[in-house]
Amino acid sequence: MESILFNIFAVLAVLSALLVVVNPLSRNPVTSAMFLVTTMISISGLFVLLNAYFLAAVQILVYAGAVMVLFLFVIMLLDIQETARRKLRIVSLVMGFVAVGALFGVYKSSVEATYEKAVHETQALGQAAEEAEEDSEVVVGSTQALGQGLFSHEGGFILPFEIVSILLLVAMIGAILLSKKELR
Amino acid sequence: MPEFLTELLNNHAWLMVAIKVLGVFAVVMPMVAYSVVAERRISAFIQDRVGPSRVGVPWTKIRLLGVGQPLADGLESFLKEDFTPGHVKRVFYWMAPAVSMIPSFVVFAVIPFGSMLGMQKMVIADLNVGILFTFGIVSLGVYGVVLAGYASNSKYPFLGGIRSSAQMISYEIAMGMAVVPVFMLAADPTWREGLTVEWKEYLDGTGLLNLSSVVAYQSDSLFSWLVFKQPIAFFIFLIAIFAETNRLPFDLPESETELVAGYNTEYSSMRFALFFMGEYAAMIAGSALMVVLFCGGWTLPIEGFNTPAQSLGMGVLHILVFIGKIAVFLGLMIWVRWMLPRFRYDQLMNIGWKRFLPVSLANIILTAIVLWAIA
Repeated sequence: MESILFNIFAVLAVLSALLVVVNPLSRNPVTSAMFLVTTMISISGLFVLLNAYFLAAVQILVYAGAVMVLFLFVIMLLDIQETARRKLRIVSLVMGFVAVGALFGVYKSSVEATYEKAVHETQALGQAAEEAEEDSEVVVGSTQALGQGLFSHEGGFILPFEIVSILLLVAMIGAILLSKKELR
Repeated sequence: MPEFLTELLNNHAWLMVAIKVLGVFAVVMPMVAYSVVAERRISAFIQDRVGPSRVGVPWTKIRLLGVGQPLADGLESFLKEDFTPGHVKRVFYWMAPAVSMIPSFVVFAVIPFGSMLGMQKMVIADLNVGILFTFGIVSLGVYGVVLAGYASNSKYPFLGGIRSSAQMISYEIAMGMAVVPVFMLAADPTWREGLTVEWKEYLDGTGLLNLSSVVAYQSDSLFSWLVFKQPIAFFIFLIAIFAETNRLPFDLPESETELVAGYNTEYSSMRFALFFMGEYAAMIAGSALMVVLFCGGWTLPIEGFNTPAQSLGMGVLHILVFIGKIAVFLGLMIWVRWMLPRFRYDQLMNIGWKRFLPVSLANIILTAIVLWAIA
C-alpha cells in the first residue's frame, strides 16, 4: 500500500516539476505556477509517508498556500504574457545535462555511501525506539519530538536554528530596503 | 448489529471512514442549502421585506416558510444554459469552481463533530497536526477565486482575483498568529492528568495539537471555554474567518457595486452555483473551527454533556449540540453581512497588517508572560 502511494506521489512530483519548465502544450506562466503547486502537494504526500506529518502540513501551508499564491499574485499583477518559444542552443543544452548529471552522481554516491550505514543504524534505532517508547510518550516524528529536537540546548539545533532565523530577518530587511525608492 | 456486518467493518477499516465521509457530506450539503435560505430570509427580515416564502410542497398549497427554495434553486441552476464565453482560458475556467469548492469540504476531515457513536470516534481523520492541516487546506481555498479571476480574461474578474489573493494571504497570517495562544494553553501536557477516566480513554494516543484535545481542555465549565480565556484571539480569529470566506464587510473580491460580481462575473448556471455552495461550505467550516477552538466543540458545561458519550443517544445529542453551535455562528455571519458596510481596500489591508498582526503577536507574548508568572 505504502509503496503504491510512494510511487504515485513520486511520479506526480517529478512529472509536474518537469511540466513547470518544459510544458509542450503551454508557455503560460500561470500554468507553470499551478504545476509547481501540484509538485509541492505531492512532496507533502511523500512527507506523510515518512510519518513527518508536521512537515507535510507546513509544506502545504507555507509553499502551496502562501508562497505560490504570492507567485500568482505577482504574475497576474505584472501581467506577464506567454513567452515565445526560445530556440534551444546546443551548448546550453549540453551544459545543462552535464550539470544535472553531475548533481545526480553526487546524490547517488552519497546515498549509496550512507545506505549501508543507515540500514545498520535503523535496526539499532528501531530497538532503541522501542525501548524509548516504553520509557516516554514522545512519538518519533511527532510535532513534540521535532520541537524538542529544534529547541533543546543539549543535542538540539537551537544555535543553527537561531542563526537561520537571523539570516531570514536580514534578507527580509534587505528586501524592504531595496524596494524603497528613496533611501534616507 | 448483525454479525457479518461487524466482521466486515472490523476487517476493512476504510469502510468505516467511507461511511463517515458520506455521513458528514449528507449533513453538510443540506446545511449549505438551508443556510442560503436562512441568509435570504434574515436579510429580508432586516430590510423589512418578505423574502423567498412561496416554494412549498408541489401541487399543494403548503408553503412551509420557503423550505422548498433550495430544491427549486438547484433545479434552476441545472437547467440553465451552461454558457462559456469565447474569450476565457478554458482549462482554468472549468477548473476554478471545483478548486474553490473542494478545500471547504476537505476541512471537515479533521473536525471532531461529536464524541462517540458506538465504538467510533466522530471525527474522520484524527490527525495529531489537525490544526495545521486545517490552515493548510484553508490556504488552498484562494486558488479557486484567483484562477476564476485569471481564466475569465476580463477586467472586473481579474481585479477580483488579485484582490482576493492579497486579502487571503494577509488574513491567514493574522489567523495563524491568533491561534498560537490557544495552543499555548491547550497543548500544555499537565492539564491532561486531571481528566476523568472516560476522557483519558478517549484521548489515548492523541498528540497535543489534536483538535479533540482542545475540546477536552474546554470541557470543564463554561469559563474554561477559550472564548473567555482568550477573547482577543477569538475576536481576531472571527474577523479573519470573515475575510477568508469573502463575507461582508470583507467581500472585496466580489463587491458587486464596483466589480459587477467580481471573480464570478463570467460564470453562469451550475458553475456559478458551485462558487456559491463553496462560499457557504467555507462559512460552515469556519464556524465549525470557531466552535472547536473557542466554544467547547461538542461539549456543554452540563453533567453528561461534558464527557465522551457512553450510549448511542448521547452520541447523537453531542452531534446535535455541535450543529447547534455552528448554527449560532452562521446566524452571526449572516446578521453581520446585512448590518455593516464594506471596507475600503486600503482599510482592509491596514486592519490586517497594522492592527491584527501586532495585536496577535502582543497577545502571544502576553499569554507567555502570564503562563510563566503562574508557573
